[in-house]
Amino acid sequence: MSTFWSIWISVIVLGTVFGCWWLLYATRKNQTSDTETDRTMGHSFDGIEEYDNPLPKWWFYLFLATCIFALGYLALYPGLGNYKGLLGWSSTGQWETEMQQADEKYGELYAKFGDTPVPELAEIEDAMRMGQRLFANNCATCHGSAGRGSLGFPNLTDDDWLYGGDPDSILTTLHQGRNGNMPAMGTMPNMTNEQVDQVVNYVLSFSDRERDAEAAEKGEEVYAQACVACHGPDAKGNQALGAPNLTDDTWLYGSTYDWIRETVVNGRQNQMPAQGGRLSDDQIQILAAYVYSLSN
Amino acid sequence: MKHEIIEKNIGIMIVLIILTISGGFLAEVVPLFFQKSVNEPIEGLEPLSALEQEGRDIYIREGCHVCHTQQIRPFRAETERYGHYSVAGEFVYDRPFLWGSKRTGPDLARVGGRYSDAWQRQHLYDPRSVVPESNMPAFPWLFEDRVDHTATEAKLRTLQTLGVPYTDEQVATAAEEVRGKFEIEALVAYLQQLGTVISEKR
Repeated sequence: MSTFWSIWISVIVLGTVFGCWWLLYATRKNQTSDTETDRTMGHSFDGIEEYDNPLPKWWFYLFLATCIFALGYLALYPGLGNYKGLLGWSSTGQWETEMQQADEKYGELYAKFGDTPVPELAEIEDAMRMGQRLFANNCATCHGSAGRGSLGFPNLTDDDWLYGGDPDSILTTLHQGRNGNMPAMGTMPNMTNEQVDQVVNYVLSFSDRERDAEAAEKGEEVYAQACVACHGPDAKGNQALGAPNLTDDTWLYGSTYDWIRETVVNGRQNQMPAQGGRLSDDQIQILAAYVYSLSN
Repeated sequence: MKHEIIEKNIGIMIVLIILTISGGFLAEVVPLFFQKSVNEPIEGLEPLSALEQEGRDIYIREGCHVCHTQQIRPFRAETERYGHYSVAGEFVYDRPFLWGSKRTGPDLARVGGRYSDAWQRQHLYDPRSVVPESNMPAFPWLFEDRVDHTATEAKLRTLQTLGVPYTDEQVATAAEEVRGKFEIEALVAYLQQLGTVISEKR
């Protein structure tokens, strides 16, 4: 803040405090008067007169006390332009102290767990209790409080992984997030309605669901053109791309004909938001171990 | 009696009252008009795109700011949950700002990127399907109604006049950018950019 504004603020603030002080004394009634006429305002409305008593002393001094409090406050806290106050208080300074205290209290614990490998960490009861809370606060809104997911949000307890369930893959997922993208109609944008029907029936056949066998047979050819690049010739998916295994009867977007058709026709876009930067590395380590523990 | 002079001359009384109450304004508000930390955008801050700007207007129309604040205070309890505390330079293009004053729902100042687009849509369509204990109302009509593109250009031009650095090209193409888009797309676009300029936690 420039010197001008610093002085501007100081003058107005102090001027207001002393102005109040002056006003209190300037308008104070002389308390020693004792004649009848002095005790009323001197006018009468339908015989009703108004007393002109002075403010009770305790009240008057309470007003003065607020002025003195204001001066004390301005001496201790920043209120006068660039003056920092005797206590040196600032809102961000208070926040930094809070953060430092928390670091002292929890830092050691986090550091200890942060350096422990994920599978080992998953065996430590204290770490898993922390992990459970971190999960509840940061992950449960999408994956559910038990980690079982819901339509469009993967189940983390079933040992079926889009991007891999080994410790390193889980850590990468948490740190950097994931972007799932299945293009509409895969790599065959000119797919006809008939071909859509065929490929959907073919996909249903992987998990032996009710289907039109004839169409499913024809679907194999469509699959080879539209889907094979990501889901693979054996339809077991590709964790490097996040392409799901289509043969395990685990479904992120529904397993019925209509749902699968919707997926094929319009594609699917989904994201796992990155947690790196939001959570500390140590917290992510604990969370990864907790997620790991859900299916191991 | 000096009192009477003031009490019986309404003109003088008005002047003196204005003088008295303007003290706070002059000391607390006026200097802020000239402070760089409040007037200048933080590094990397861009004006909202036309779609995001329309999303912001939907946010206001639906009263989101009545239950959600957009201001993270510098307390550990808040920064642990929401991320870095808000700074004035993040809001220089907000007219008006949507800091809010009551949190029935969580603060949204840094909700951008925190959930996937799919989650945001699901949550706005049926909040209880993803957060069972939520008491947020559902907003299904956002999925049926299209953004009104007729006023978009005028909105951006107005903001440009007020000092938001939109280019003339951005203003000219604003209506086209939002034409035919569903309201949910605009709102999610707005939500997903909230607070993303400062992404680190501390």
